Amino acid sequence: MTRISIDPITRIEGHLRIDCEVENGKVSRAWSSGQMWRGIEIILQGRDPRDAWVFAQRICGVCTTVHAIVSVRAVENALDLEVPLNAQYIRNLIITAHGIHDHIVHFYQLAALDWVDIVSALSADPAAAAKLGASLSDYRRNGVQEIRQIQDKLKAFVGTGQLGVFASGYWGHPAMKLPPEVNLLAATHYFHALEYQRIANRIVAILGGKTPHIQNLAVGGVANPINPDSQSTLTLERLFAIKAEIDKLGEFVNQAMIPDVAAVGALYADWTQYGAGVTDYLSVPDLPLDTKGTRFELPGGYIAKGDLATFKPITSYQDGYFRDGVKESVKHAWYQYKSGDQARHPYEGQTHPQPTDFHDNGKYSWIKAPGFHGQRAQVGPLANVLAMVAAGHEPTQRHLNRVLTMASSVAGSKIPVEALHSTIGRIAARAVRCAVLLEALQNQWQLLINNIAKGDFDTFNRPVFPKGEVRGFGYHEAPRGVLSHWTVIEDGKIKNYQAVVPSTWNAGPRDDADAPGPYEAALLDNPVANPEQPLEVLRTIHSFDPCIACAVHLMDTERQTSVRVQAI
Amino acid sequence: MRTLVLGLGNILLRDEGVGVRVVEALVERYVLPTEVEVVDGGTAGMDLLNTLADCDHLLICDAVRISERPGSVVKLADAQVPALFQTRCSPHQLGLSDLLAVLTLTGEAPATLTLIGIVPADLGLGLELSPEVAAAVEPAVEHLVAELRGFGYSLRPKHSRPSESCARTVWGSTSLP
Repeated sequence: MTRISIDPITRIEGHLRIDCEVENGKVSRAWSSGQMWRGIEIILQGRDPRDAWVFAQRICGVCTTVHAIVSVRAVENALDLEVPLNAQYIRNLIITAHGIHDHIVHFYQLAALDWVDIVSALSADPAAAAKLGASLSDYRRNGVQEIRQIQDKLKAFVGTGQLGVFASGYWGHPAMKLPPEVNLLAATHYFHALEYQRIANRIVAILGGKTPHIQNLAVGGVANPINPDSQSTLTLERLFAIKAEIDKLGEFVNQAMIPDVAAVGALYADWTQYGAGVTDYLSVPDLPLDTKGTRFELPGGYIAKGDLATFKPITSYQDGYFRDGVKESVKHAWYQYKSGDQARHPYEGQTHPQPTDFHDNGKYSWIKAPGFHGQRAQVGPLANVLAMVAAGHEPTQRHLNRVLTMASSVAGSKIPVEALHSTIGRIAARAVRCAVLLEALQNQWQLLINNIAKGDFDTFNRPVFPKGEVRGFGYHEAPRGVLSHWTVIEDGKIKNYQAVVPSTWNAGPRDDADAPGPYEAALLDNPVANPEQPLEVLRTIHSFDPCIACAVHLMDTERQTSVRVQAI
Repeated sequence: MRTLVLGLGNILLRDEGVGVRVVEALVERYVLPTEVEVVDGGTAGMDLLNTLADCDHLLICDAVRISERPGSVVKLADAQVPALFQTRCSPHQLGLSDLLAVLTLTGEAPATLTLIGIVPADLGLGLELSPEVAAAVEPAVEHLVAELRGFGYSLRPKHSRPSESCARTVWGSTSLP
């Protein structure tokens, strides 16, 4: 038996350590450990709930926007405060554009390098790559000239000896199996992705005032005054500028990203057998279509044991099934609950650190272990796509069918929906969700335009805080999955605040019943060809799009300066 | 000519956020020419690509972990900067060296790169700077001003005396202690 310890996992935000025991070339036990402590909850206690979002968006550098949105939703929920339609649509546009940005970056800049060998792309024939591209889609930037130019750029860059962003790849690893022309096509789109994710980000900036920290939110709405005739407000001119950006994004997502994911997935079809892990899936509905949050453009809910027939929808911002279902365990996390170690609801949540050494059977992580009605649940685009399919959401079904049909055609055999319960399935589902978000972005834009055309310019309802205690929760289907904030407000001040973030659901350690979390379960039976170069472990972990800066918090400043992979 | 002054760090972790506090103080105290853009970058990564692309001069302010007395202000230039972020002397995970590498790939890297670094004393949870690092904000602002003037910009102070409440002005609203 060999034990591997990867610390920190690279190409992610935050500090994550993964330990695996490998027997006969397969992972037999795994541990996921957050190596930083989280303390936002403590900073927020005693503050004005109207300001919470400003602090909450500083939890993480990648997910500023999503924390800001969920924070105002939680306070609005506590006050039973309705949000004007325009404000809902503007928020929806921001979170949808952010989601598209995030999914593009994840596939091309973060995950793809586990599957695409950049060094192999250098020796590929640009004509073969162009031919392959033309067989997959009509994307206008798959021409041989364009591909050759990018290959030359890449050669010049690698020639300088500074691999930079490509330094952490396992180039030439035996598990890298794509033909050179596929590697080159994907590398070409890697460059394009750098442009298109910026387009998505510009939409966030136009509406949110600034990135990376949007400034237009308020408890009760948004601070974008709408006046079609005034230069200093959200004008029709600016709205039409957004529409032009949306159209550019559509071209890339539908004609480059979807075919790339389908082709890479098909050529690594063996990876549909690995990485399922926890197949209880949780997602939440998003993009509210009314002022109260009872109707949504995108559905969400719970699926038990991978069976879509068990789908139970979550239906509103008042949903008791969601509200009462979430509890966090600290049996294996470096925290202590004052009244014993039983899992606690976030309203009763506590953040008392209790660090120990790394104990395989005891405490070993700064991340708590959440459960939904007592079960571990996987969150993220896969959970969301499965829920939307189960709910009969037409655009999701259509885009999923497109990906599966394309992948089946490249693989030469039928790839069924069940293949999604896997490492490669998580990556495919993220691309499907990206295409779904793109349609939603177009739709939300139209809804906003139509509503303004009706003469409705409202963007804000003033919050009023009662004497005594009120409680509220807010949720959002963020790029990495369900994000929820929970707050207890007393006499207009925050008494308790807990953030249960997507990477807490997925990266959490074992729970009160010692059931492993989704990362840990997904690693079981993963092949590992060479324990010194555990690329396969990284593939499964990266497929979740780990971002644990908010799951945990920086504490240890004397971290090692480079990645340490230890095979013991 | 476009110059970007980028403040980096996590303001929830005391001195970790000093870079952000310094650029806030710069904006509060000086009238800047329109070609100089000041951005609070927080701990963002890829989100900053648009902001960083195609500036002539990039001036970064951040906490740096080097063996100097806490509150010391240091200046690094050009090739020294990505190297510093690569070895993560900067205590957070910005991946700035990755961003700069991407800009090199896309041909949009800044012509000059300068880092004004402040050595932190306390990276614990909290919004207030430690006293020694708070005292370094003023000298760090003056370093930035000197750099900008070196590029040929003229900067005019807004007040005869700087306000003491740089930490308060960001949020504008109600509840900071």
